[in-house]
Amino acid sequence: MSTTANPELGIAVPGGLPEPSARLLLDVCGLAKTYGTGAEATQAIADISFGVREGELVCIVGPSGCGKTTLLRSMSGLLTPTSGTVSLLGDPVTAPPATMALVFQDYSRSLYPWMKVAKNVEFPLRRMRLGSQERRERVIGALESVGLAGFADKYPWQLSGGMQQRVAIARALAYRPEILLMDEPFASVDAQTRAELEDLVLDLRHQYGVTVVFVTHDIDESVYLADRVVILSSRPTVVKEVLDIDLPRPRHQVHTKELPEFARLRSYVFEEIMNSKAPDADNAAAGEAEAEHG
Amino acid sequence: MVGIVSTAARASAQGDFSIPPWLLPLLQRLAGVAGILALLELITRTGIVNPRYFPPMSTVFARLAEEAVSARLWSDVLLTLQGWAAGLGIATLVGVLLGMVAGLWDPVFHGLRPIVEFLRPVPSVALIPLAILMFGAGMESKIFMAAFAATWPILIQSMYGVRDLDPVQMETARSYRIPGPMRFRRVLLPSALPYIATGMRVSSATALALAVSTELIIGAPGLGQTINIARASGAPDLMYALIVVAGLLGWLLNIVFVRVEGSLLRWHPTYREVAQ
Repeated sequence: MSTTANPELGIAVPGGLPEPSARLLLDVCGLAKTYGTGAEATQAIADISFGVREGELVCIVGPSGCGKTTLLRSMSGLLTPTSGTVSLLGDPVTAPPATMALVFQDYSRSLYPWMKVAKNVEFPLRRMRLGSQERRERVIGALESVGLAGFADKYPWQLSGGMQQRVAIARALAYRPEILLMDEPFASVDAQTRAELEDLVLDLRHQYGVTVVFVTHDIDESVYLADRVVILSSRPTVVKEVLDIDLPRPRHQVHTKELPEFARLRSYVFEEIMNSKAPDADNAAAGEAEAEHG
Repeated sequence: MVGIVSTAARASAQGDFSIPPWLLPLLQRLAGVAGILALLELITRTGIVNPRYFPPMSTVFARLAEEAVSARLWSDVLLTLQGWAAGLGIATLVGVLLGMVAGLWDPVFHGLRPIVEFLRPVPSVALIPLAILMFGAGMESKIFMAAFAATWPILIQSMYGVRDLDPVQMETARSYRIPGPMRFRRVLLPSALPYIATGMRVSSATALALAVSTELIIGAPGLGQTINIARASGAPDLMYALIVVAGLLGWLLNIVFVRVEGSLLRWHPTYREVAQ
């Protein structure tokens, strides 16, 4: 296993990765975001840089409130960063790119309750120039991939939480993105459902050959899923470390998690995150005091 | 429903002829109406109330039955409904458009607020002289009055409906590069629809009230005018018969709105139990 502490990322990191020769797909470079101005300014992200290669599954993990969602929104072009750039195959991302799909944490809010499941999945395809046949096939295919073939005619709110998030994933898949950004997608489902959905993501990644960036606060989840884990500090957020995960594939909920290597990695990530918390609390207090004096 | 049906089935299987549970509320409502009618009949027949001003209900309903086959009643109903429909239509157009623009765009919201806060509490009937001056004593005045009063609930509901949009729903659409007009039609409008529908239901009742009041006060042709003529010509039975018609009209319109709302908003949490 190689743990690569890499301060100047954005460059392909050599190591035991699935496709070391793959080209750089998404490049986050010197990203910073400050909300508000003057004395009330809050720096959410100080300086984040890392790269995602084609076909890779990268997990972004960090302490709660470290600006993971801000980072993801900046990466998707929904939010304009204060400084730094995000580029997709060299093109700067200033609006949501056509080859990118997002899965939000809160499925109950991102699915449209007035559309049936099939309509929800079809919605992003409506603006594309697709034949009705192709559109239907994509919707049916995506629903089959997530195991919801028989639920096209239901409303999302008639399904369980886990099934609703499957619908959101199917919607992203039908869109045929090259890169899939997932924002803590399984944070509000029960543990068993969560394990199933994790394995679903691993399957779909191969089936659809999609690159995945997966934001989570769950350390086990990040180590279980990822080829690489980007560990963030707490606010103001920087990249603490990028960790290669050399666990054998296919991953298995029981066997993988029993490996000594898995335990070592998760403890390592855990300590990294814990270490980043303590000094930051002092920083924040100092910052507040400064703001008051100023 | 399954539980209720099986209970009823069991009850009848045992030869127990109690009232089926679904019929009970209906019977209670009918009993309430019948009770009031009987009471009214009693106080008029016994002379507690002078039948010259308040004829017995049986006389009123006999007159109503007579009128129901006359062309005059239906032409009055039609005239009143025309005022109601045109007024509500204008109010919906103005209210939804202005309300949504104000809901979307803060400067319009803040600029519109004092105007709305001032105009809304003005008792609409106080504007009748203005309507007469501007439009005379005909259909136009009726439409103006109905539209004026009916605009406010729709405007305010549309405004808050738009402002209540979940930002995640809009961001989802943006992330999938859904163009603006489609985001408006497929996301913003359906999301604001429950609010707009409530506004329209409230406004429908207001528009009917204003249409009839305008007819009564300025003598624009319609139910209100005929009610007034019946009063002046000493035909209280006709007057009350027409009041009953006006009441039934309001009641029926409300039922229509509730039905349409229910089927249009089957997805909305308020209606979900009904849908399933």
